[in-house]
Amino acid sequence: MAAIFQGVGAAAPLSSSPSNSFDSNKSVFSPPRSFSVVRSDGIVNLNPKGRSAQRLISNAVATKADSPAASSSSKPGHELLLFEALQEGLEEEMERDPRVCVMGEDVGHYGGSYKVTKGLAKRFGDLRVLDTPIAENSFTGMGIGAAMTGLRPVIEGMNMGFLLLAFNQISNNCGMLHYTSGGQFTIPVVIRGPGGVGRQLGAEHSQRLESYFQSIPGIQMVACSTPYNAKGLMKAAIRSENPVILFEHVLLYNLKERIPDEDYICNLEEAEMVRPGEHVTILTYSRMRYHVMQAAKTLVNKGYDPEVIDIRSLKPFDLHTIGNSVKKTHRVLIVEECMRTGGIGASLTAAITENFNDYLDAPIMCLSSQDVPTPYAGTLEEVTVVQPAQIVTAVEQLCQ
Amino acid sequence: MASAFSAAKFSAQPFPLNHTSTTSHDSSIVFAKPTSLFLGSTRKLRLTSSSKFNLSRRSGTVDAVSDVVKQKKSKSSPSLLITKEEGLELYEDLVLGRAFEDMCAQMYYRGKMFGFVHLYNGQEAVSTGFIKLLKQQDSVVSTYRDHVHALSKGVPARAVMSELFGKTTGCCRGQGGSMHMFSREHNVLGGFAFIGEGIPIATGAAFTSKYKREVLKEADCDHVTLAFFGDGTCNNGQFFECLNMAALWKLPIVFVVENNLWAIGMSHLRATSDPQIYKKGPAFGMPGIHVDGMDVLKVREVAKEAIGRARRGEGPTLVECETYRFRGHSLADPDELRDPAEKAHYAARDPITALKKYLIENSLASEAELKTIEKKIDEVVEDAVEFADESPVPARSQLLENVFADPKGFGIGPDGRYRCEDPKFTEGTAHV
Repeated sequence: MAAIFQGVGAAAPLSSSPSNSFDSNKSVFSPPRSFSVVRSDGIVNLNPKGRSAQRLISNAVATKADSPAASSSSKPGHELLLFEALQEGLEEEMERDPRVCVMGEDVGHYGGSYKVTKGLAKRFGDLRVLDTPIAENSFTGMGIGAAMTGLRPVIEGMNMGFLLLAFNQISNNCGMLHYTSGGQFTIPVVIRGPGGVGRQLGAEHSQRLESYFQSIPGIQMVACSTPYNAKGLMKAAIRSENPVILFEHVLLYNLKERIPDEDYICNLEEAEMVRPGEHVTILTYSRMRYHVMQAAKTLVNKGYDPEVIDIRSLKPFDLHTIGNSVKKTHRVLIVEECMRTGGIGASLTAAITENFNDYLDAPIMCLSSQDVPTPYAGTLEEVTVVQPAQIVTAVEQLCQ
Repeated sequence: MASAFSAAKFSAQPFPLNHTSTTSHDSSIVFAKPTSLFLGSTRKLRLTSSSKFNLSRRSGTVDAVSDVVKQKKSKSSPSLLITKEEGLELYEDLVLGRAFEDMCAQMYYRGKMFGFVHLYNGQEAVSTGFIKLLKQQDSVVSTYRDHVHALSKGVPARAVMSELFGKTTGCCRGQGGSMHMFSREHNVLGGFAFIGEGIPIATGAAFTSKYKREVLKEADCDHVTLAFFGDGTCNNGQFFECLNMAALWKLPIVFVVENNLWAIGMSHLRATSDPQIYKKGPAFGMPGIHVDGMDVLKVREVAKEAIGRARRGEGPTLVECETYRFRGHSLADPDELRDPAEKAHYAARDPITALKKYLIENSLASEAELKTIEKKIDEVVEDAVEFADESPVPARSQLLENVFADPKGFGIGPDGRYRCEDPKFTEGTAHV
């Protein structure tokens, strides 16, 4: 899609610091680094009304070994899987605020189709963890009505795709009601569920709804990708006064990571720096983060130094983190699981072009899934989504 | 299907307001003309003399409401359904609804309000009959035909009129308009443009009431929610889904169907396989009641029982109010499809005229007192228009307010600050 950029050669250093200049002869292999959280001032927003200073809490990509020295938290933390992290976050918030409740299909006695609500009904009762009949539009609307009248529901779509049935409520009421009521009613709901392409789940169970919902005014969308940010985003979403849609991914529920013991949240509007680098900015989210990191290994071996950012906040985009990265590397590759047409990548491309065009040395490249219903056959499904090899090729093209 | 239940279970209402007019009515008028092209139910609703027809039709209902009504009937001497005070309150509310809507029509044609405006003329008995029984903390959810529901619930006429004029003093700051009347103070939860989408919201409000009682242990929380919607909505999925959930969890809600026989130009009979909506209640495990929605006292009696049930935690009720809108679907509707005879039939059952007659005949009020009320209402409505006229239009800076309860939702700009911290944001000129 993007024209191949010719003749980078010895680029004029754009920043005063010599370490930032692009030297084509530089051998770029660097040992695995410890990673730190997004904002360099280390502020994690615990209190929505103000910001309290918080120490840096380091983060690791689950596929890499976590070096203990990287953790600046004093306690050792505990290891768990992503779905358990979500459950922990949810449970802690339900303990903290009795108005937080859960509603969805099979969230109660069954414990959730992906076990995110396991044990909660036993602990909090059938009304707080409500097993609904199969009526997405109506129970989503019910959650919104409950939110308007004082509760803080977490509405689960058993699969994100099912929320297409709730589009009426999500668009009209969830997104717009605060506005049409002149600000009188708030809708502090969290709508969450697993989406994305799984393992041969078929077209309808493999949908990416973030692209359909992104135009709805008045909602925020976040996508979690690690146990750490899953718990943090879950908690932040529940505490937020805005309606938040939390996108989980079917294939990421069993990722394991060590997370801090203490209470923390992840800021809803911020992106996450996964791997700082110099040559190219790779923006991604959810499962594609892992394909990107896999490609990054190959790229590093080939001498590239990609900067990988998990955008996390799909709406609104964190243009600060993204912008700083673009200003540093001048090349952008977006890797997403959305379809090519009208996806998150398309919006992100527009946003970057609008705001940072002067800093780009090459047109933005966007790798998305094919505009096809996800086929059942494994071989076809594999080529529907972006694979690491394509990411490597794209970076090579971009950096020529 | 009428045979299974005895007609005695639920017989004619006491002291019907329109008693004399209906029995003298010509029973041969046919409103639904079955032709070879006619698709839909072949039942004829409301064609025969209503008292006879009501008997056989209502025999399909299930318990609940009849008890209170039966007791009243068994008394040998007629007793009044309302006190003078109540009567005047009801009358005032009916007149307010009518006068306000008439003024809306005037203002619309004078170019003071635009878009889709749906007026409630003729249906006032339903709003007054139900909502005047509520407490402030009870909730009302309506549709786009919501002006009068808001007024009955206590939203000032000024606030509603300003909202219609699109002024910043409107109940929704001018951002909602005719179809989105909300009031936190009076617990009016909307105002919805798409039919059916308010019913789950009402179900949610009822859920909160139950949650407060059972989870948050606010033992005295007995807030009730009323959901108003029309006959067209009763063919919509959200209606059925919510009937199911409300009955399943015994939510404190009353589903009030304002069956005015028409969904824009679609006759209820052409759209519905079984047009007797109240019968759909028992299918989901709740009582289904049919009531004459042109008679505010009958509506009030039924409402008392239904609201009482909900308050006591006995669960939801489906109430079908037979009513009629005197005007078109909206001010843009030429209203050419409806039979003039049908319109005349219902005009003769005007709820305001009927109540006036009742009050005077039963010496609850004098002509003079009622005239005073009418005059007072005229002044209230005039004042509302004046207020709305003089109110300011929203400034540009209002555009981005209220999109998010927490404006951090607009995100972080390239400079690292939250967009809402940008001074231009409050001027409404910030780029988002």
